[in-house]
Amino acid sequence: MAGDRAASIDPDALSWYEATARQRVTALVDPGSFREFLGPTERRMSPHLPLFDLPRAFDDGIVIGRADIAGTPVLLAAQEGRFMGGAFGEVHGGKLVGLLRAALDLKPRAVLILFDTGGVRLQEANAGETAIAEAMRAIVDVRAAGIPVVGLIGGRAGCYGGGGLIAGTCSRLAVSEGGRISVSGPEVIETNKGAEEFDSRDRALVWRTMGGKHRRLTGGADAFCADTVAAFRQAAVALIDRAPAFDLAGLEAEQARLAARIARFGDCRDATEVWARLGVNDPATVPGMDTAAFEAIVARVGEADHDAR
Amino acid sequence: MTLAEILLGLFPDGHAVAVRDGLVTGSGPFGDGRIHVVGVDGDAPLGIEGALTLSRAVLDAVRAGDVAPILVAVDSDSQRMSRRDELLGLNEYLAHLAKALLLADRSGHPTIGLIYGHSAAGAFIATALATRVLAALPGANPSVMDLPSVARVTKLPLEKLQDMATSTPVFAPGLDNMVATGAVHVVLDPGKPLPGQIGALIAGMQPGDVRDRLGEERGGRPVARAVAAAVADQARLG
Repeated sequence: MAGDRAASIDPDALSWYEATARQRVTALVDPGSFREFLGPTERRMSPHLPLFDLPRAFDDGIVIGRADIAGTPVLLAAQEGRFMGGAFGEVHGGKLVGLLRAALDLKPRAVLILFDTGGVRLQEANAGETAIAEAMRAIVDVRAAGIPVVGLIGGRAGCYGGGGLIAGTCSRLAVSEGGRISVSGPEVIETNKGAEEFDSRDRALVWRTMGGKHRRLTGGADAFCADTVAAFRQAAVALIDRAPAFDLAGLEAEQARLAARIARFGDCRDATEVWARLGVNDPATVPGMDTAAFEAIVARVGEADHDAR
Repeated sequence: MTLAEILLGLFPDGHAVAVRDGLVTGSGPFGDGRIHVVGVDGDAPLGIEGALTLSRAVLDAVRAGDVAPILVAVDSDSQRMSRRDELLGLNEYLAHLAKALLLADRSGHPTIGLIYGHSAAGAFIATALATRVLAALPGANPSVMDLPSVARVTKLPLEKLQDMATSTPVFAPGLDNMVATGAVHVVLDPGKPLPGQIGALIAGMQPGDVRDRLGEERGGRPVARAVAAAVADQARLG
């Protein structure tokens, strides 16, 4: 049914931002290779949402399973940003944690996480928060076993809250222009600190502070993709092959990288100031650049590519 | 208990633990060796500089190669909420701190969280929740979000949430609920000496992540463990 129809979608034409989690998974991997774990027919739904009179989803907003990508076996998880903002509830988190733990047994070539999340689901906040901590521990275990964990970020809900921390634990990240990575979201900062600190209605400000281009230029992400499933597939295959190890040397390098970022950009108020210091000639034009022009800029920025994760 | 009382209880013969700008770093004598202490005090928010100071201390401990325990003492606010922190990539800094603690654990340092005050959201995940065993002192107040904020976001009346919170540990703030969820392993007895209680936690550490099993046994997270186990089963069967 839906899976067959999705399998016929052209990955070159399918917008990652607009696609559902199932459409992304189906078009991302080799045709017909996806096998879902705990699929919707098993109806593993949230035991908590009915208390809040809220509708449930048969998959609790996350699709997990195994597949091949370019002929190599991977495990993957895809969050559905359209259900409860892709937020981590008890079942949702348990599925991701279970998948990561299974990777230690199955030893796939990589684990892919298709982030699309506002963070913790507040109706199940304690379970979501704890699951995020469990997922981070599991990712470290998987990486230490030599299995890359690659995050793909370009969905409607972005990658916020604890999702941002999980992303920061991955071996590699690919991001599109629409993929925002942040801990506190714009509305959260505005609610707590006022519109003078962050005007959440200023969408241009949101994109250049948390969006994919800024993260890519500053080394927060390792690949920049056009908003198509085909572009994310290409990035995922490439990033799997150059994932850094998880060890003391890598974390020392990350410590130095993050300290250097504060030293160099700590007094910047706006992303355009950061980009200017990175050597971008006309920073105001960055948000409007197409992928090819942006890639040409990235190629000249030393901070963008590194193994310090 | 205050941090000063905790340090006095842990190190009656003195210590080299300092608090600066709400950040705790140092070490003190413990058993036949030493114990490292890092943390956040005074309900301070954790921003990019603070996270980097703590991760530096943790990585120094790993580099020393002494496999001494690391105590992560926490009375913090949430992550620092600011445009600047997010502009500079706060998610990377907080994840880096958590990774440093997880690396230390993998490298043979027993890591013990000790929450004695507040903590919330990203700061909680990057510190106390990145340890192998998380203990609490009575009066600690971990949370994801306070109930008035939950009411705002969920558009439910505060009175209804307060009523639900008495019977539903999965969403409500507070220590008891975090214990029920399995995030907090144990609540310590402030009337007994701390070194013995911390030492017992280190001696009793189990491999793997036991938090979902604790959450199932205590009823605060009834299905997470079974869900994760079912995923592993189906993955094995292919």
